[in-house]
Amino acid sequence: MLDAAPQTSGLICRNLSKAFGPVKVLRNIDLALQPGSVLGLIGENGAGKSTFNNIIAGVLSPTEGQIWLDGTPYRPHSPWDALDRGVALIHQEIRLLPGLSVAENLFLARQPVRGGRVDRAAMVEESAAILASLGVHLDPRRPVRGLSTATQQSIEIAKALLREPRYVIFDEPTASLGESDAELIFEQIDRLRAGGTGIIYVSHRLDEIGRLADSVVCFRDGQKVADWPTAPVPKQDLIDAMVGRAFVFQHHAPKPPSSKVVLSVRGLTRADAFRDISFDLHEGEILGFAGLVGARRTDVVRALAGADRADAGEVRLDGAPVALGSPRAAIDAGIVMVPEDRKGLGLNLDRSASANITLPWEAGLARGGLIRPRDVESLGREQRSRFDIRGRMELPVSAMSGGNQQKVLLAKWLVRDPRVFIVDEPTRGVDVGAKMAIYQIIRDLAASGIAVIVVSSELEEVLGLSHRVLVMSEGRQTGILDRHEATPPRVMALAVGDRTGAEILQPTG
Amino acid sequence: MSDLNHSPRVSAAPRLGEGPSPLKRAVAAVPGPLWGLLLVCAVFAWLSPYFLTSRNLINIFSQVSEIGIMAAGAALVIIIGGIDLSVGAVLAVSLMVNAWLYRDFGLPFGLSALAGLGVGAFVGLINGVLSTYGRIQPFVATLATMSACSGIALFITNGAPITGFPEWFTNLSRIRLFGIPLEMILLFAVYLAVAFWLHFRPTGRSLYAIGGNEEVARLSGIRTRRVKVLVYVIAGTLAALAGLILGSRLDSAHPTAGIADLLSVIAVVVIGGASLAGGSGGMLGTFIGLLIIGVLQNGMALLNVSPNLQPVVIGVAIILAVMLDRKSKI
Repeated sequence: MLDAAPQTSGLICRNLSKAFGPVKVLRNIDLALQPGSVLGLIGENGAGKSTFNNIIAGVLSPTEGQIWLDGTPYRPHSPWDALDRGVALIHQEIRLLPGLSVAENLFLARQPVRGGRVDRAAMVEESAAILASLGVHLDPRRPVRGLSTATQQSIEIAKALLREPRYVIFDEPTASLGESDAELIFEQIDRLRAGGTGIIYVSHRLDEIGRLADSVVCFRDGQKVADWPTAPVPKQDLIDAMVGRAFVFQHHAPKPPSSKVVLSVRGLTRADAFRDISFDLHEGEILGFAGLVGARRTDVVRALAGADRADAGEVRLDGAPVALGSPRAAIDAGIVMVPEDRKGLGLNLDRSASANITLPWEAGLARGGLIRPRDVESLGREQRSRFDIRGRMELPVSAMSGGNQQKVLLAKWLVRDPRVFIVDEPTRGVDVGAKMAIYQIIRDLAASGIAVIVVSSELEEVLGLSHRVLVMSEGRQTGILDRHEATPPRVMALAVGDRTGAEILQPTG
Repeated sequence: MSDLNHSPRVSAAPRLGEGPSPLKRAVAAVPGPLWGLLLVCAVFAWLSPYFLTSRNLINIFSQVSEIGIMAAGAALVIIIGGIDLSVGAVLAVSLMVNAWLYRDFGLPFGLSALAGLGVGAFVGLINGVLSTYGRIQPFVATLATMSACSGIALFITNGAPITGFPEWFTNLSRIRLFGIPLEMILLFAVYLAVAFWLHFRPTGRSLYAIGGNEEVARLSGIRTRRVKVLVYVIAGTLAALAGLILGSRLDSAHPTAGIADLLSVIAVVVIGGASLAGGSGGMLGTFIGLLIIGVLQNGMALLNVSPNLQPVVIGVAIILAVMLDRKSKI
């Protein structure tokens, strides 16, 4: 390249490309990030965002192109090298060691040493200071185990900030957080920006991009397809750029459910998790579970799916009491759950998509006591076309994109029509296109008479899909709202529970 | 036997007109350990004219039949992500109980042999229950039962071996069907049966799911604890069966028999391509691993390599096999 090095400050990429063998995953990316600003990076899954982040953070090296950091060439060969140069990547997943203390996690592999011993006092003091600067107040000597996801995410951020980076990449930091916890992260980003740090903020949540970004860049198929130097950008424009076609992002009212009660829950309680949950679920109804992180929505649906045992309460299915002692018992009764943690609880990533789909149904699939590989494959193909899964069903699921993995997970639980279909965070980490497809699948299920429970941290999702919304706060059921009364302020008021008092609970109009 | 290792994890489905050349695909379809086996066979065939005689080849199978039958059970345990350290001790205690009941209590031999198998199954049950319902790591649970079983085997006769099995039983080890010894047929039968179970029966297939991610398997409605207990029971029973073969061949029950086999058994499974992390491995791989160990031991004996050096070679073989296997997966 004959281009002279730019003399300006900032993180500047020119003509950045990356290929894995013959596959080009990133093509000719030009991008500039100024200190003290937030660059929103959007794009569908597989658009090349992660590859880009990994190049900047030194995990991968580019096949072509150059990067300059404040006027000097920048080509990190490891994440440590990148950190030394002042560039940090904050991962979507939390990677803390639960058994170590907060301070030990913050100073992992670079503890301050005095006189040949780890200087614990200095470590704790510095940890407390950096956490306080992020608005997190906790004892750095306590172990990480047991802290909320939001707090752990803050510790991850603090860990990166200890190296005093000038540029920070946030890769979907709020993916596992509820909306009020996300606000904590936003405030931390605001503080960083005010202090002169340049930030790349990657997110699927377009509202967050609107809230934070000074400029926005959109990737699609490894290329930069759109670039807005000034924010805010209309949401519709962002969506259009991501999917490459005009897209109407709105929910329409679902088909009204029948009056027949399928699932009746009374006084369901599990010590230390939730208590006194009671609701009726009708045929063809979508019931949303809303609440903040720590509201214990997942624990409730896990008990309904037999994953954990409830201590008290009664569950009736079609009027008859059911014992939900194990997942097998729940599946046999017709209650299935799509868990939120796709990798840890939903799919076996090393096994083929077909084998994943047939796993719960193998006993029924056997003919004469034998499972034939051909039957497994043909069921896989059937689900592939029914759910529009793109990818080869005989390859390990890990080879598929997040959206397709999520469809495989849905397909796994919809081999047979269930009576009650529970889905926990159905669209976490999937792109807009797959999101719409998944919403449609859920609506179609309800329209066919299946009772559905949707647990979601995205208010827009849970309000848009559901006939009714059950709101929880810290293990208690604080209300059930009909679709027309479930406005975001009212749901939020119930979600924060009694602690904040009645003044928020004023009905709006 | 070529289809036995058809692992349910990934079945490579080659399509015409895409992917690498047919030769490359054929090469890739051969499991990694097989190359190792062919290599050691070629080396010994070149070094010793006696190696490739049919008598010697049959010898190899006979020599590894006990280890092989134990390794089939150990492979199942390793597929579910567990480990069974007690197999060798179970062999000893089951054989001792069998001989003791026959000699000192005058039980008919058929019954005492069944009791021996029952002891194996029972120890397996204890292993399984401790490591599932008891929430003790399988390494620790089976370490404890290994210690206890070795002790009981010695305690029964105060360390003395028991000899004098019925003649018909010791004759079994000399029976040849079409020139093939009975123990070799039994070895094949065990591997075929286990492979069939692993690939075509719902319970057997669920082993890979449990080893891959136990919580995913449990939420998918698999009764993971029951299946795991069953696997340990199978491993214990197969160890006791290996004890019967040894007793028939040696015409005696020795309280320390089989104790030294534990490391060979785990070596066989690991050389066969299973990962101790669980979720992978299979019967064809284990069988090839068994033959590699068998051929190495046999070939080195033919070449008069010091028996003290043989474990060194086996150690090297384990490392090479695992490294080759990793390479073939990338």
